[in-house]
Amino acid sequence: MDLSLIIGGQAGQGMDTFASLFEKTMKRCGYNVYAYSDYMSRIRGGHNFFNIRISSESILAVKDDIDILFALDEETIKVHKHKVKDTGIIIADESIKGEADITHLKLSDTARKLKNPRVINTIGLGAILKYLGVPVHIASEVIREEFNEEIANANLKALEEGYRLMDAKYHLDIREDNNILINGNEAVALGAIAAGCKFYCGYPMTPSTGILNFMARHADEFNIAVDQVEDEVAALNMALGASYAGVRAMTGSSGGGFALMVEALSLAGIIEVPVVLINVQRPGPATGFPTRTEQADLRFMIHAGHGEFPRMVIALRDTEDAFYQTIRAFNIAEKYNIPVLLISDQHLADGVTTKKPFNFRDISIERNIQSSIEEEYKTYRLTESGISPRIIPGKIEGATVLVDSDEHDEYGHITESGEIRTKMVDKRLRKFELLKEEINEPWLIGDESPENLVVCWGSTYGAVKEAVENLKDEGISIGTLVFGDIWPFPTKKLLELNKKARKIIDVEQNATAQLDSLIREEALIKSDVKILKYDGRPFTADEVYRRIKEVL
Amino acid sequence: MSCQYELYEPSWCPGCGNYMIRTALKMALEELGIKPHEVVIVSGIGQAAKMPHYIKVNGFNGLHGRALPPAIGIKMANKNLHVIVESGDGDTYGEGGNHFIHAIRRNIDIAHFVHDNQIYGLTKGQASPTTAMGQVTTLQFDGVKVEPVKPLALALTMGAGFVARGFSGDIPHLVGLMKEAIKYRGYALVDILQPCVVWNKVNTFSWYKNRVYYLPESYDYTNKEEAMKKALEFDDRIPIGILYKVEKETYLDKFDFIKEGPALVDLELNPLDAEKLMDEFR
Ligand SMILES: Cc1ncc(C[n+]2csc(CCOP(=O)(O)OP(=O)(O)O)c2C)c(N)n1
Ligand code: SF4
Ligand SMILES: [Mg+2]
Repeated sequence: MDLSLIIGGQAGQGMDTFASLFEKTMKRCGYNVYAYSDYMSRIRGGHNFFNIRISSESILAVKDDIDILFALDEETIKVHKHKVKDTGIIIADESIKGEADITHLKLSDTARKLKNPRVINTIGLGAILKYLGVPVHIASEVIREEFNEEIANANLKALEEGYRLMDAKYHLDIREDNNILINGNEAVALGAIAAGCKFYCGYPMTPSTGILNFMARHADEFNIAVDQVEDEVAALNMALGASYAGVRAMTGSSGGGFALMVEALSLAGIIEVPVVLINVQRPGPATGFPTRTEQADLRFMIHAGHGEFPRMVIALRDTEDAFYQTIRAFNIAEKYNIPVLLISDQHLADGVTTKKPFNFRDISIERNIQSSIEEEYKTYRLTESGISPRIIPGKIEGATVLVDSDEHDEYGHITESGEIRTKMVDKRLRKFELLKEEINEPWLIGDESPENLVVCWGSTYGAVKEAVENLKDEGISIGTLVFGDIWPFPTKKLLELNKKARKIIDVEQNATAQLDSLIREEALIKSDVKILKYDGRPFTADEVYRRIKEVL
Repeated sequence: MSCQYELYEPSWCPGCGNYMIRTALKMALEELGIKPHEVVIVSGIGQAAKMPHYIKVNGFNGLHGRALPPAIGIKMANKNLHVIVESGDGDTYGEGGNHFIHAIRRNIDIAHFVHDNQIYGLTKGQASPTTAMGQVTTLQFDGVKVEPVKPLALALTMGAGFVARGFSGDIPHLVGLMKEAIKYRGYALVDILQPCVVWNKVNTFSWYKNRVYYLPESYDYTNKEEAMKKALEFDDRIPIGILYKVEKETYLDKFDFIKEGPALVDLELNPLDAEKLMDEFR
């Protein structure tokens, strides 16, 4: 079973409520769900849609063609009718006209009879669930959970009316459901909370705001100081203050906000105060495409900040990865006293996926904080590893902690000495050498030793995985390396597979093939073909499949 | 004096007002009985901002203009630390102007001492946001063409609950102000007139000395209108003392779990606590 539905209309028409009820109901039926929301940077009007895919297999991308189009306006029919399969259906209220074979339903009429125009989408939901053969009680349960009693009752009536409007075409097997349904921003925030983050601050910026929202919503429950700062300059400086004072601290934004954090990123490098930050990318330059997706900040994340200092950059591949990598980011930041930068994007941030519930039992929190000292405390004690023992200010009587953005001596005091300067640079960079030893190699999917080697990173994972698996099923020797840890850049597996690979195909959601340039620089390997996309829309699995097939 | 706040050799010019401010700060901490590990001095960049290097307490010497954000982060993470910001007029009112406005709005419990020498000392004598209109500087060789910032009036309009002015040339008076500011629950601003003997040949020690006067005993520092008048008095006479002081709910008071609970830094971390959030996604 692999079905796709698009619901489209104008901003403000309640599509998100429909989408979340539909997604949750399908999940409860025991299916995997992947949903992507395509929205404009406006609050009312325009054209927005959700593409929701349901499958018995695990999925992480949408398809090009769809089975059901639920149109809330004529524009939706115009924009999406070509995607509807021959066997598919276009559903709309009687009042909506369009040059297509539309199954008109009495949605507004029924809503009028119920004296509640707000439930029109729920009537549509009922009709569609009936069409799919979903038992009404599953959706009823979801509605009861999502709304307060009064609103739930109105929607339950609407749902039942909707069930009367259509005949069943499918008969879904109801399977056991043990999954969760989560998007990338939620997974990151959840990871941060699980990791013991007690300070999160940010300035609203699409598509990163979901993280700030989630943290704020759970702040009281988990004793997290959440602050909406005056600007992103304040954000990272403030997070560094909180971390210096001893709590796990994080901040996040999208590219423009991250740009404002760059000076403080460099500060984090020299003061050696651990911090986690995330850039939920959207297409730039500048304001760019505020609500859309791209992977064009990779080089920026790796190089941002004046001067030379160690950092780690981790690209998040899917919601599950986002959760575990966020936790790991906190541990690594505190192991090396460095900034750890997570890269996500709108596609991952807003994409909703079904996943097995996350495992909280095996999470370990490693802080590397000294609670006592034997000798005089020096913030920047020179050690073989380059990592200086860390204490928390105020916790040890007689010991004080001085951090300094100027070049400093072991105590943290300003120095003008060339000799100390050299030692401090070496100390900081030694940490990077050590870090290289613990980075994870990219995931390998498909053939163990493929002739056609696809390389990609971050959230293109879902589409590339599906495309590669389909091509492999056709007997093609193909595999893909999906990079998560991306700075320091892991080269082992790539070098090994390169020996056998005839063709290296780079798939990225940007215009300048930034991963390809990294590979050339770090592994002295050049990809043979680049498949790039930078229209702001995520790759579908079909598109990756087609474009790889063209170049094989 | 005990030597618990060990002092280091400063690189300030001989005769600089910063020496007196350091002496006053040390005395204030001493008299309040605050131990070195219980206080953090946060600063940006500039001559004033070198303070963390010249007195042995915890120190966060961050970026130019960015002293307030880490100070706020520190206080939120550990409410038990005394947090003091030492900064210059350029650091606070220029590069850090936005943070200044929003720190006041938050009313978080920190004491903010601005060494106001009405000039950029460290970068060799350019105009600062408080340099007077028309004053000739190393950069504004034909005179400053913009209005100066009026920091105390600005703080009052933003709703600051503690606004004061001190003079580095009157150490005992300054110690008193510093102690009041540190003890005050909330954001406390003390703008400290500080001669820069090298780069500001207008606002010299005697220029200040001839102008400053103490607010009289009868002065009502809870009267905002009066305070505003005093805040704008900066010509032949310059009032020093606490211009305005009222009690206000602080930022951290508004977080129940911080107000009632332990400092965030003292919380035990347990990943399993978060497992219940899974239910939201089922
Ligand atoms: C981002 C940035 N811009 C500029 C500077 C250069 N700079 C350092 S201190 C300073 C001005 C200092 O003036 P003030 O804050 O009044 O301190 P003072 O030296 O007078 O005590 C400037 C412009 C810097 N360090 N960082
Ligand atoms: S330049 Fe001015 S402010 Fe700086 S140390 Fe010298 S006298 Fe003081
Ligand atoms: Mg100055």
